[in-house]
Amino acid sequence: MNATLTVMRRELTGYFATPVAYVFIVIFLVMTGVFTFYLGGFYERGIADLDPFFRFHPWLYLFLVPAIAMRLWAEERRAGTIELLLTLPLSLPQAVVGKFLAAWLFLGVCLVLTFPTWITVNYLGSPDNGAILAAYIGSWLMAGGMLAIGSCMSALTRNQVIAFILSVVACFVFLLSGLPVIMDLFTGWAPQVLVDAIAGLSFLAHFADISRGVIDLRDLVYFVLVIAFWLVANVILLDARKGE
Amino acid sequence: MIEAISLCKRYGVFTAVDDLSFQVEPGQVLGFLGPNGAGKSTTMKMLTGFLTPTSGTARIQGHDILDDSLAARRCLGYLPEGAPCYGEMSVSEFLRFVARARGLDGAAVSGAVGAAMERLNLGGVVHQPIETLSKGFKRRVGLAQALLHDPDVLILDEPTDGLDPNQKHEVRRLIQDMSGDKIIVISTHILEEVEAVCNRVMIIAGGRLLADDTPAALVARSRYHNAVTVVLDNPESAASVLSELPQVSRAEIRDGALTVFPAGEGLFGAVTGAVEANGWSVRELRLENGRFDEVFRTITQGETRGEAA
Repeated sequence: MNATLTVMRRELTGYFATPVAYVFIVIFLVMTGVFTFYLGGFYERGIADLDPFFRFHPWLYLFLVPAIAMRLWAEERRAGTIELLLTLPLSLPQAVVGKFLAAWLFLGVCLVLTFPTWITVNYLGSPDNGAILAAYIGSWLMAGGMLAIGSCMSALTRNQVIAFILSVVACFVFLLSGLPVIMDLFTGWAPQVLVDAIAGLSFLAHFADISRGVIDLRDLVYFVLVIAFWLVANVILLDARKGE
Repeated sequence: MIEAISLCKRYGVFTAVDDLSFQVEPGQVLGFLGPNGAGKSTTMKMLTGFLTPTSGTARIQGHDILDDSLAARRCLGYLPEGAPCYGEMSVSEFLRFVARARGLDGAAVSGAVGAAMERLNLGGVVHQPIETLSKGFKRRVGLAQALLHDPDVLILDEPTDGLDPNQKHEVRRLIQDMSGDKIIVISTHILEEVEAVCNRVMIIAGGRLLADDTPAALVARSRYHNAVTVVLDNPESAASVLSELPQVSRAEIRDGALTVFPAGEGLFGAVTGAVEANGWSVRELRLENGRFDEVFRTITQGETRGEAA
């Protein structure tokens, strides 16, 4: 546990020692603002909720989360520091989880910094703050799922651009797996059980459930399993390919 | 103690390290010497737990690198090739991270970091980001990181590569200071470095162990060992005179210098006697100790099979 926290702390200081963190936070906040107030029609709807804010999170994350995840392991490989890190007396899972937690916490900080939007909606009306909290939690969990995918993709290559593209594609498949664009690939030939299972993997569907304000245990379990699955894959891939 | 037991590393059909077994005792400074791609780095990466051997294993202070990897890694300090560091961190941040990852906490972290920085003269750059430092300083940060926790075993992959002569001298002195009762393994392809710091040499090429000896004994394998070199005005006539001596097996002239090779004892006395008897005006006369580069070439020639990682 201690080793995991040590890795996490180092990773976080790394973010804030470079402009990466600040650039990302500014872009994240500007983008959420633009999506909420222009594309989402926050004022025009006349409803005191944050639906226009949360509705665009999956699409925002589709590009911003891989941007954070791509450097996790690809950068270590490129700089050779992976050899330093993995010969310290800490296990591979500790290193993987430590780095993941740092990036996830950072995304959490970005989410918290959107609080002016929440203040605005409370000033203008009286929204269901419980539902808003649930949606924030759902959004953070979804970010974690995409981050775990991105971290795994980042372990495959020393090239950050390749890591970015692979993660965007993988996240896109997970995001849309309930929609026809992905389902049409499977319906017709795959057994119904498989089709249902794939449809059940959709980030969008599970996030939509939570952002309605209902934190269902199944949705929580889903996100936790997605994160766990990709982090385990991350450890296995890293172990197999760390020397390359 | 380090015990390597039949270490092998294969990449597909390419064999980087081929059945390497050896032991290193405390107090030894072992130099891995070999051409580029000989398998030196690969061996070190296996000893430090970064790469998994295809077959075979090794024990560091009794801890198996496969079954008890964390315990083995705790006993050693490692400087990877090129001394990679997290460039965006400051020197003290980076060293504090390594100290904590090594299991130190609280005052022990500051103590270990302070001692390592003092030892490597890093006091002036404590708060500078590592990426802004010169190559010499970066290497010192890498070394500080490796010896932070005062490990029993130090594995240093090309510790002086790319440094200027003063910095090389500094790093070598540091290694000599530390030797004592530690085990130090360094890899290098610089021959004089081995003579300067090591008390044992393993020559590796094509992933196989070709020689394992002290530097002095290796140098003694040179055909130049106990040869005598004379620089004088008319080397050709001197060569024909000296070749007649019973102590001389052969005479060679290279770049105006005449070298005679021994056929038995007492060559040096015989040559000085001949110089006096013939009244040659000699500008230089020396007894050769042996040439490491020549021994190295003889041992490794024909053994390099392509480039390894």
